[in-house]
Amino acid sequence: MQFGEYKNLWVFVETEENKAKSVGYELLSPGRALADKMGGKLVAVVIGGHVKDVAEKTIEFGADEVILVEGEEYFNYSTDAYGHAMKTLVEKYKPSTILIGATNNGRDLGPKMACDLNTGLTADCTMLDYDAETGNMIWTRPAFGGNLMAMILCPDNRPQLGTVRPGIFKKPEPVTGRVGAMICEDIHIAPENIRTKLLDRIKEVAEAVNLEEAEIIVSGGRGVGSPEGFEMIRKLAGVLNATVGASRAVVDAGWIPHAHQVGQTGKTVSPKLYIACGISGAIQHAAGITGSDCIVAINKDEEAPIFDVADYGIVGDLFTVIPELIKEIQKLNA
Amino acid sequence: MKILVCVKQVPDTTEIKIDPVTNTLIRAGVPSIVNPFDACALEVAARIKDVTPDTEITVLSMGPMQAKEALTECLAVGADKAYLCSDRAFGGSDTLATSYILASTITAIEEKEGKFDLILSGKQAIDGDTGQVGPEIAAHMGMAQVTYASEVSVHGDDVIVKRESDQGYDIISVRKPAVITVVKTAFDPRFPTLKSKMAARKIPIQVITAEDIPNIDLSRCGLKGSPTKVKKTFTPVRNKTCVKIAGEEAAVSAAKLVGMLADAKVL
Repeated sequence: MQFGEYKNLWVFVETEENKAKSVGYELLSPGRALADKMGGKLVAVVIGGHVKDVAEKTIEFGADEVILVEGEEYFNYSTDAYGHAMKTLVEKYKPSTILIGATNNGRDLGPKMACDLNTGLTADCTMLDYDAETGNMIWTRPAFGGNLMAMILCPDNRPQLGTVRPGIFKKPEPVTGRVGAMICEDIHIAPENIRTKLLDRIKEVAEAVNLEEAEIIVSGGRGVGSPEGFEMIRKLAGVLNATVGASRAVVDAGWIPHAHQVGQTGKTVSPKLYIACGISGAIQHAAGITGSDCIVAINKDEEAPIFDVADYGIVGDLFTVIPELIKEIQKLNA
Repeated sequence: MKILVCVKQVPDTTEIKIDPVTNTLIRAGVPSIVNPFDACALEVAARIKDVTPDTEITVLSMGPMQAKEALTECLAVGADKAYLCSDRAFGGSDTLATSYILASTITAIEEKEGKFDLILSGKQAIDGDTGQVGPEIAAHMGMAQVTYASEVSVHGDDVIVKRESDQGYDIISVRKPAVITVVKTAFDPRFPTLKSKMAARKIPIQVITAEDIPNIDLSRCGLKGSPTKVKKTFTPVRNKTCVKIAGEEAAVSAAKLVGMLADAKVL
């Protein structure tokens, strides 16, 4: 394959109901650094219903150019419409690398693109690098439930595709008035060629759970004892203005909805402060929190593996410690 | 109605430990299990069969001969037929090559047995965690796909899928045939009975090799057919030193912690 014509790094910025998912903007941050290393342009690809404002924002967030595809068929995600648009764009512009946020939709689209374009896709990356000598991306991702990290290359095919976990990279600082070209592409698909239909959308998460963007997270695990035990976790989160997280064990037990789950099969988070209460710290959970600036663990088992990834820890009973902690924080805030 | 469920035999990753000296995975003594998400996919199929008894469920796995054990387990909890796709030429395949081989194998099975209405699998396997093989099978076969399903019901030619979303779930309708990947369902997979286990052992597992798949392009299989290459693997570094407060009254611990967090400008 002749790679000379494959240039530039693309970031797919996913939208839903005309709003961008945060991870699309996040990826412009490593995207900028990688594009510079490659000596190529950073190009944002925005597909959606009416999403010109999202496209403009990607320029403020550091993209050199943005390709915009608008149409009613893109208001909500479908594999067929988005797959068709991406294939058409890639064949026309020939990017060298495409970063896709590893949301459910991103992880649905990536494999479709890999097959359509006959190229390699690396899933759920947590580290990204570029080898200037070979022109290959170095994709690093966890496997075996976070027990092992693997570095993956795609040396003989272009474009190189990767999905990247939300919450790993921080959004770039926007620069108001930054200038970049906007290319509008008129790509459409006949309705009968979209084989899935969205009949209904149920938003069951009562409180806003935005773990990926939270500054402080207070998480509860099995040690919380019962669904009622989460009240204390919520109280602590309340005084800290924090978001509530949870380990897989308690989500599986049905104590709290899945949207709160942190870890390898839940959300990867990178808050300033992560407080793990009654979480033993299985590697699957640890894999999702190591990007945090500061980790605090409260656990009665001194040997719990959570202390291996924590900066500060209290060995003690969370039912007596947390109420005291709430008092102390209230004192500090007063 | 004919349903195919793709399953993978995986090491139970919750049992994996890291060798502290060599920093490598200790796989010895780690039990092999049916990938839990695939077990959920099989349960989804079995529940469709519960309400539509003329449903036939076929399970397909790719892997070494040892993976027959996983297929026998599936036969004891609802599957009627089992195929194992196994060939040295398939070893070392990445997701693109694996899905190509599986799609070719499914086409070969369909030549013999007729078309499948639904192809189900777990959303991902717990060893590789990629979640790519299911949707890639759909793309190779030109079929519609719905990923991250927690419930599936069949109404004539339409399939209604409850799909996990960021805020809750979406209800999606798709025409048969389709590929659907399944998350951990709210219901547990059914348990085998002594009788179903004995019956399962009597069902032959049909092995498919490269020779049995007409027109398979071997240059798209195995290591050489895989666009992605593993450069190296390593164990994640965990070298934090934790300041532990132990053996103190709750009030004292709490005051010390908040003090330290304030000093570190975290609070």
